[in-house]
Amino acid sequence: MCGIAGYYKITNRQNCDRRTLERMIYPVQHRGPDGFGFFLGENVGLAHARLSIVDLEGGWQPITNENRTLWIIFNGEIFNYPELREDLLARGHTFSTHSDTEVILHLYEEKGTQCLAELNGQFAIAIYDTRKQTLFLARDRMGIRPLFYTSHNGSFYFASEIKSLFNADLGIPRKIAPQILSEIFTFWSPAGEETVFAGVKQLLPGHFMEVTGSGIQKTECYWSIPFCPDEPGSRTEQNYAEELRELLIDSVRLRLRADVPVGAYLSGGLDSSAITSLIKHYTNNPLKTFSVSFKDKVYDETSEQQEMVNYLGTDHHQVTCSYNDIAESFPDVIWHTEITILRTAPTPLFLLSGLVRQNQYKVVLTGEGADEILGGYDIFKEAKVRAFIHSQPDSEIRPKLLKRLYPYLALSPTKSAEYARKFFATDAHMNDPFYAHRPRWKTTSGTHVFLTDEVKNARPNPVDGLEYLRNDLQGLDFFNRAQHLECKALMANYLLCSQGDRMAMAHSVEGRFPFLDHRVVEFAGTIPSRYKMKVLNEKNILKSAMKNILPGNIIKRKKQPYMAPDILSFFGDGEPEYFDHYLSEDAIEQAGLFKLTAVNRLMKKCRKKSRQGFRENMAFVGILSTQILNDKFINNFQVNQPAQLENVKIAKS
Amino acid sequence: MADAITKIRTFIFDNFLFDAESSDLKNDESFLDQGIIDSTGVLELVEWLEDECGIEVEDEELIPENLDSVNNLAAFIKKKQQ
Repeated sequence: MCGIAGYYKITNRQNCDRRTLERMIYPVQHRGPDGFGFFLGENVGLAHARLSIVDLEGGWQPITNENRTLWIIFNGEIFNYPELREDLLARGHTFSTHSDTEVILHLYEEKGTQCLAELNGQFAIAIYDTRKQTLFLARDRMGIRPLFYTSHNGSFYFASEIKSLFNADLGIPRKIAPQILSEIFTFWSPAGEETVFAGVKQLLPGHFMEVTGSGIQKTECYWSIPFCPDEPGSRTEQNYAEELRELLIDSVRLRLRADVPVGAYLSGGLDSSAITSLIKHYTNNPLKTFSVSFKDKVYDETSEQQEMVNYLGTDHHQVTCSYNDIAESFPDVIWHTEITILRTAPTPLFLLSGLVRQNQYKVVLTGEGADEILGGYDIFKEAKVRAFIHSQPDSEIRPKLLKRLYPYLALSPTKSAEYARKFFATDAHMNDPFYAHRPRWKTTSGTHVFLTDEVKNARPNPVDGLEYLRNDLQGLDFFNRAQHLECKALMANYLLCSQGDRMAMAHSVEGRFPFLDHRVVEFAGTIPSRYKMKVLNEKNILKSAMKNILPGNIIKRKKQPYMAPDILSFFGDGEPEYFDHYLSEDAIEQAGLFKLTAVNRLMKKCRKKSRQGFRENMAFVGILSTQILNDKFINNFQVNQPAQLENVKIAKS
Repeated sequence: MADAITKIRTFIFDNFLFDAESSDLKNDESFLDQGIIDSTGVLELVEWLEDECGIEVEDEELIPENLDSVNNLAAFIKKKQQ
């Protein structure tokens, strides 16, 4: 795992040099604290910050091919690299290292952009071809590793994190994009390739891009999430469960490949318990596990975690979060998320990766992705109940099923079936491609009362931002559509980045996700919806697949999604001093993103320290995170750049 | 009744109407339809009824007819206090 950055001088041939690379790579040193490597070509520069995990001695980057015409920098892991390497050797390629990076390079040399189809991994790649003078950028299928880019003053810049782009040239405009803020305050994340900073884009998951001396030549999708229409089919549940289990065993086996010890996160839920148990049962990896516990018992899952620890006998480590711990770390968390967040949930994971690092571990396996691909979320269940009610609107019994949703919430919206029915009634028809998500977006949009008119008017209908997905959703049932949307929008643009990559890499820890092996995702896409969620039993096939290697309680346990205290984190143990800086009346007015009167009224309500509803919690965390973002990235953007970087290896064309 | 309505309006204004003037709140408007209170806000309302008005709210009483406008709430409080 690493950080990457680079530039391509398009029209301005003077403005980038080694110093530019230093300025770009230093801000992501946390991603790769083990040394830097640069490639300096005539018009192209590549920089790499290294976290040594595979080929500890020989894995320095950039790496070149036999005739020094291709140069690669790479962030991530290719888990099937030993097999690919063997094939390439048999076909006559010569290797100078034992790293996975070099495997990509030779594969690209041979197959061009088609090489991506053979990679099983999580990656952001940059390859410069000195003969064609083409820069090739690519990102993994699900969006596990980040890659951002922008253009300014005749140069194209790309990097693992946005702070590298801004530090490349302090003249690059830094402005919050109001229309994207409006999207985040609706979907929790941007809808597509744009980021919260105007002019900065992400290369979308499953896409590659080619840049030449004339600028960006093309951006192309090479893989898309393959949820299939629900066919009757002849396969049994048992049959699906067995194949899923075999695939997961192999996925875990591949993800334990590393030249350093590999640990696992253990939340106490089904997904991380399944991964931990697979490691224990099917590999010889000595198992160290890590988990978060909360002082606020509403969020705490210690007893379930302990049950798994006892069952598997792992060497377990835990970090306990108080309200104050979350509040204290929050500004640092926003420096890493580089985006507005509406929940504090990434913060405990920031503290958890710190614990992993203290234990000298660099790699952890987690259960991320199972809910999306195997049908675990309440939003799927909610949509199923709504559709059931919809098909017989006069039934008095069907709405009572709504009471079975969200039992774990302190203030559950379904405590009253009558209220729930009224609340979940939207204008959406089941054929609406966004049917499942409409109630969630309606709730989140409640936060728009805090946005200034300029922000609200920048994108009056945020759902327009998702129109590019409409074609992908055609022909799917509402359940598969909901899964597709959840993967493309929320998982890729929030869970895997703000809550995943950024929180782990903040402490130089690499997360690996066995459920997001593309073979597992492709297989999950073929499982009929009626099997994925059997009646209202979520992740039914996963439970069948795991029943022999997990305790009954873990299998039967009602799903409790991972959450952290929001408003209470900032008011429960006393207010953090930084409120005076980020939330002062002057700061709110200067940013111009939120209505001052509304923010003041919200603050007054927060000071009551009572448990509050969705809208208030999302609004408060969203406002605070945006104000921090505005301060750290717009008004006072600063990287304490040393005069010259040490431990740098430089290659020239 | 008038006292109850004033008390309810003050509570709604202080806790849910972040971007409006008190005069914008109509006594017969649905809180849910107007986006004044969301599904989780209803339970804050119940806490207020229990703590500030001394009213026990049973689960079966959690229905829009009792709680979803200033007028409905005032009628519900009156009924419970009789």
